[in-house]
Amino acid sequence: MSQKTLYDKVWESHTVDTLPTGQTQLFIGLHLIHEVTSPQAFAMMREQGLKLAFPERTFATADHIIPTDMLERPFQDPQAEEMMRAIEKNTKDYGIPFYGIGSDHQGIVHVIGPQLGLTQPGMTLACGDSHTATHGAFGTLAFGIGTTQVRDVLATQCLAMDKLKVRRINVSGPLSPGSYAKDVILSIIRHLGVGGGKGYVYEYGGSAIDAMTMDERMTICNMSIEGGALCGYVNPDGTTFDYLRGRAFAPQGEAFGRAIQYWRSTASSNDAVYDDVVEIDGSAIEPTVTWGINPGHGIGISEKLPQPEELADPAGARRAYEHMGFEPGKPVLGIPIDVAFVGSCTNSRISDLRAAASVVKGRHVNPRVRAIVVPGSQEVKLQAEKEGLDQIFSDAGFEWRSAGCSMCLAMNPDQLRGREISASSSNRNFIGRQGSPEGRTILMSPAMVAAAAINGKVSDVREYL
Amino acid sequence: MPASGSQIGQIAGTAVPVRGDDIDTDRIVPARYLKEVTFDHMGEYPFMDERFDPQGNPRPHPFSDPKYHGASILLVNANFGCGSSREHAPQALYRFGIRAIVGESFAAIFAGNSLAIGLPTVTVPHENIEKLMAMVEADPTVQLTLDLEEQCINSPGGVIPIQVPDTARNALTQGYWDSAATLAANESKVRQTAARLPYLKGFKS
Ligand code: SF4
Repeated sequence: MSQKTLYDKVWESHTVDTLPTGQTQLFIGLHLIHEVTSPQAFAMMREQGLKLAFPERTFATADHIIPTDMLERPFQDPQAEEMMRAIEKNTKDYGIPFYGIGSDHQGIVHVIGPQLGLTQPGMTLACGDSHTATHGAFGTLAFGIGTTQVRDVLATQCLAMDKLKVRRINVSGPLSPGSYAKDVILSIIRHLGVGGGKGYVYEYGGSAIDAMTMDERMTICNMSIEGGALCGYVNPDGTTFDYLRGRAFAPQGEAFGRAIQYWRSTASSNDAVYDDVVEIDGSAIEPTVTWGINPGHGIGISEKLPQPEELADPAGARRAYEHMGFEPGKPVLGIPIDVAFVGSCTNSRISDLRAAASVVKGRHVNPRVRAIVVPGSQEVKLQAEKEGLDQIFSDAGFEWRSAGCSMCLAMNPDQLRGREISASSSNRNFIGRQGSPEGRTILMSPAMVAAAAINGKVSDVREYL
Repeated sequence: MPASGSQIGQIAGTAVPVRGDDIDTDRIVPARYLKEVTFDHMGEYPFMDERFDPQGNPRPHPFSDPKYHGASILLVNANFGCGSSREHAPQALYRFGIRAIVGESFAAIFAGNSLAIGLPTVTVPHENIEKLMAMVEADPTVQLTLDLEEQCINSPGGVIPIQVPDTARNALTQGYWDSAATLAANESKVRQTAARLPYLKGFKS
């Protein structure tokens, strides 16, 4: 059993009781909700006559179903409109702050929490969304939960949970030029497997992680769930505190100084004990893309597509080849693409857009490619426009959109058609994920998406640096 | 402390195998069905894009196969339910008629969501899942009884031990799987815990 890790400390400070089942009743410091996984929870609240336990600890936004090009109401899709009305009514009835369309704070739930300073170190956080792990970048224990559990948090501000083991993942740096946080996490999942994190929380550290910005740490923690870990975190440090200083919901003035002391105290101790330790040589990671149908199907850009027999799950690999229509032994470089998507809670923050824009600048998207940029939040959008990034993207032939999840899961009109192949900065290449049951997704960093958009095929971004 | 759900000790019935590792929740329920604001129709959607091609023509799939009709136990391989946290996935399986899932391993959120609606997810090693799948594929009328108290599956081919975390087993067999009431009963301790956390007061000393 781990000891003196951030996980142990935060678990302990938030433990309410041991339940008759042996589970721990854990207090949840911050609850974020969005339109897709909350309506059924509010229905249960009404049906069971439950009240909101801590009204000031829940915040809401809308992201999944937002049409990012046409924000006029009612939405053209009646189901999306109904969903939007439901969250408007529910947040109004229960007195929950809601950052909806028209709010400067609207955006993907995992982008706005940190941006508003709501997400803080040493806190527990829950949200009805698996990528809640993102918030772990702040040294937050952040759990993705289902709808019944959303009801539990609304009604009691608690969850019934089992304690997990802690795996420390040390990534040594520096990263090589052209390799980003996305390449690091794709590489980690490739080596540990999509089920490798089962039963674990991932603590990321080491010189490469220490050197990362908060945006980059969020990209890493975001995809913990793709590695099978319920949550992932980075210990809070000066980078974390600098990011939080002055944010809307961060403590202000003298309180900020007290907060830093507390936050520091929650970090893993030097003599912390881990259940497992993994070492990754970050400097050896080259730009990485996926070739198959789960995020563990990753490969370095200069490698050849693997033989199914070389992999842990040959049957899964064969199924992946069947769906993707690729051939083992061929290079991944040069596979033609139809769509380029920069966005999602993994890679839609300002630094992601800057990285993509720096590749795109002065170049043009291949005429056979549909390319879109969807900022993670309205605030990111406004910042990007201030820096002129929107112009760079538009001049190059990208569509410039409003904030939302968009083509990450295609619950809005942004979808693949037929067997189209998408170069995507999102986090899941599951069959059907981007809206077409036959569609194909190749995951990569935003800079790599930009390079693929320009070339019309999977490319090595290092040629553009 | 009040137990708010029914006690779930034994699940008996026929089984349906769905083979393959890493079956994600997008495959169990495609995202377009998440636009419904209730779970009422979820039972119609499990594995929709595997059971029908894009033109709507049926494709072979165990969930469409009449010989598995009425099955209440789902047999799966490793890392079942990975990906999105959508509770729509276990809801769809439950509303389709599944009352227990036996597999090599389950993704964490999926297992938690299943437990919260009283749907047990229990694990057995690879050889035993193969044995169960082969048994059921050879004779889909085979009756299995999953016994959570005894931690085994009784089958015509013998008794197969299962693994289920003690906490989940207790929650199911004692009727505590629907946690809201249990959690709410501790309200004063919840307030005490909250009072100890400096961030809830904005670090105002
Ligand atoms: S961007 Fe994608 S992964 Fe992130 S919350 Fe939205 S749909 Fe989920």
